[in-house]
Amino acid sequence: MRFIRPCALVTSGLLVASCGGGGSESGGDSEAAAATGAIEIWLSNNEQELAWGESVVEAWNADNPDQQVTAQEIPAGSSSEEAITAAITAGTAPCLVFNIATAAVSGWVRQGGLVDLSSFEDGTSYIEERGGEGAGAYAIDGSYYQLPWKSNPVMIMYNKTLFEEAGLDPEDPGMTTHEDFLAGARQIVESGASDSAIWPSPTNEFYQPWFDFYPLYLAETGGTTLVEEGAATFDSDEGRAVAEFWATVYEDGLAPKEASTDDAMSAGTTAMQLAGPWAIPSYAETVDVGFMPVPTSSGTEDVYTFADSKNVSMFTTCENQGTAWEFLKFATSTDSDGQLLELTGQMPLRTDLAGTYADYFEANPDYVAFAEQAERVGDVPSIPNSVEAWQAFRDGYSAAVIFGSTSIEDFLSQTSTEVDELAQG
Amino acid sequence: MTAAPAADRVRLRTRVLGAQPIGGLFALPYLVFVGVIFAYPLGFAVYIAFHDYFFTAPGVDVAKPFVGFDNFVSVLTDPQVLRSFRNTAVFLVINVPLTVVLALVLATALDSGVRWVSAYRIAFYVPYLTASVSLVGVWMLLFSSGGLVNSVLGPLAPSPSWLINSALAMPTIALYVTWKQLGFYILLYLAALQNVPRERHESAMTDGANAWERFVHVTVPGVRSVTTLVLILAIITGANLFTEPYLLTNGGGPDGASATPVLLIYQQGIQQQNPDTAAAIGMLLVIVVGLLSLVANRVNREA
Repeated sequence: MRFIRPCALVTSGLLVASCGGGGSESGGDSEAAAATGAIEIWLSNNEQELAWGESVVEAWNADNPDQQVTAQEIPAGSSSEEAITAAITAGTAPCLVFNIATAAVSGWVRQGGLVDLSSFEDGTSYIEERGGEGAGAYAIDGSYYQLPWKSNPVMIMYNKTLFEEAGLDPEDPGMTTHEDFLAGARQIVESGASDSAIWPSPTNEFYQPWFDFYPLYLAETGGTTLVEEGAATFDSDEGRAVAEFWATVYEDGLAPKEASTDDAMSAGTTAMQLAGPWAIPSYAETVDVGFMPVPTSSGTEDVYTFADSKNVSMFTTCENQGTAWEFLKFATSTDSDGQLLELTGQMPLRTDLAGTYADYFEANPDYVAFAEQAERVGDVPSIPNSVEAWQAFRDGYSAAVIFGSTSIEDFLSQTSTEVDELAQG
Repeated sequence: MTAAPAADRVRLRTRVLGAQPIGGLFALPYLVFVGVIFAYPLGFAVYIAFHDYFFTAPGVDVAKPFVGFDNFVSVLTDPQVLRSFRNTAVFLVINVPLTVVLALVLATALDSGVRWVSAYRIAFYVPYLTASVSLVGVWMLLFSSGGLVNSVLGPLAPSPSWLINSALAMPTIALYVTWKQLGFYILLYLAALQNVPRERHESAMTDGANAWERFVHVTVPGVRSVTTLVLILAIITGANLFTEPYLLTNGGGPDGASATPVLLIYQQGIQQQNPDTAAAIGMLLVIVVGLLSLVANRVNREA
């Protein structure tokens, strides 16, 4: 797996804050690190993931009667991250959460809420052997506060029936360049096949860039993340090309500026969405979907995209960290990862995915494109003030690209300066 | 000789605990509620606003130094925060007068004995009882670009559409909140109208006053105390606007045109883990709402 390493250096200020009082607690060298016993874990509320989690927990519990694991969904909240932040503050976090977004990790480290998995004797070696070279992208100054677990490489999902109605070849739409993509999108709308060509959510949440600007930016730059070596990278020709591409999409009415009131793909009100392999089972019953890589200005081959990874973290409130670490290894073993792939279609973040699970990909050819794409992905950089930086980016992007109230030049330069300051901590 | 000290003790007890000490006991649960749910969080928010504060896991001891007014300077020089207060002002200018006028007029109509009065009462009150989240879904269907309202308006439909139009997003939210809350204020006015003596209307009629004159000179002064209450409640509700810009206009859109202080408190305090600046915005909001409520009270009293 080739994985672009984002800037993993977090300023010393953040680490001082995180370690100030939690030194012994944030490591795995305390008494808790060796302790064994019952533990609690949280899983996402995705139906397939829950089924996987329950199956893994059942298998573990059968072999470990004195170290029982209890699984539950992440408590309801506006987002998983908010529920977890509240749980850290209240001291009610479980031992493990199997649905961690990279953007939230630096904040939780600052809170003193996460265990440094590198402090387990085989912590670093296990994570790097499983994830390969790319695992390093998830470390903060050499310490792993999360185990890179699975990715959902973002591609362009399209409705084959609507493409056919619009006169596009559903098996090979030929929309690999920005220009060709825009031409195809216009054809979809002008033919009346669909009201909109593509419908990324135009809402203002900090994470929305991961499903419009960012995959195309990673593709355009060959995997450059939003911030590298403490500095924003997007005030560049590549950033400008991607911003102008999306601005054209909105200006030409190819994408709505309002959020959809229902699932636009199922309702047929759009012909394309950016999505990961999770979409295959989700739309299996309703839409005949195809997938193609995100476009670039020159239509390069072997494009990069956004990994949309979800990872696993251990929390400092965990009393039996010894059991938690052993369970984490059990749940991310070759067998458990194979089961995850089979039940959810999501790509375990491990080396030689296609070779390890060759039988699965032979039986499920729809997923081969994602397995190949998983080899070329970039993720959210591990930086201080990550959520604030992405919110600043989204605010600037909304103004310039979606609503056209400021210029793209101003957006790139001003937001870049703002993100630079935030990334410095 | 012993009667005087005993009387002093009784007087002292009466002064401290009141004439009916048992009443204090009954009020205690509410006092505890107010202390725990309102007073303590408010005091803690003041503390957070004056410190470099962030939430930590239990047992993590990190310095959270006193920073004076730094957080207030930070938010008062943030264009987004200033804009959110301006957006709230737009909301209040539309919502508060509209609420008072419509609630009073509709309550008067209901009180005058129109037919199917119960049906009207239910119709006005149902939006107030219904969860905002579900009503927002209905309004999105009504006011989206291809929604019912634009279909009816045809070529007169605004472009960009209501919820993504910088000039119309906040007024649309103000209309929505007016409609949703109206039932509650109508009930307040209906109760007040019951207390306006019929003799005053009869006396005005004897003097030759028509319906409009009776409304202005008898009804409006007769419900003045409730009007003050409605003004203050509408100001407080409007200043705490969150659900509508969060859901109806997709997080304060378009481009921040409907962002409110409470939405920014949520973003900065919860999502971005900066409770110190969020608390500073909260303090400013408390001060602004307090001042507006005082003004509303004073103006209505003097009118």
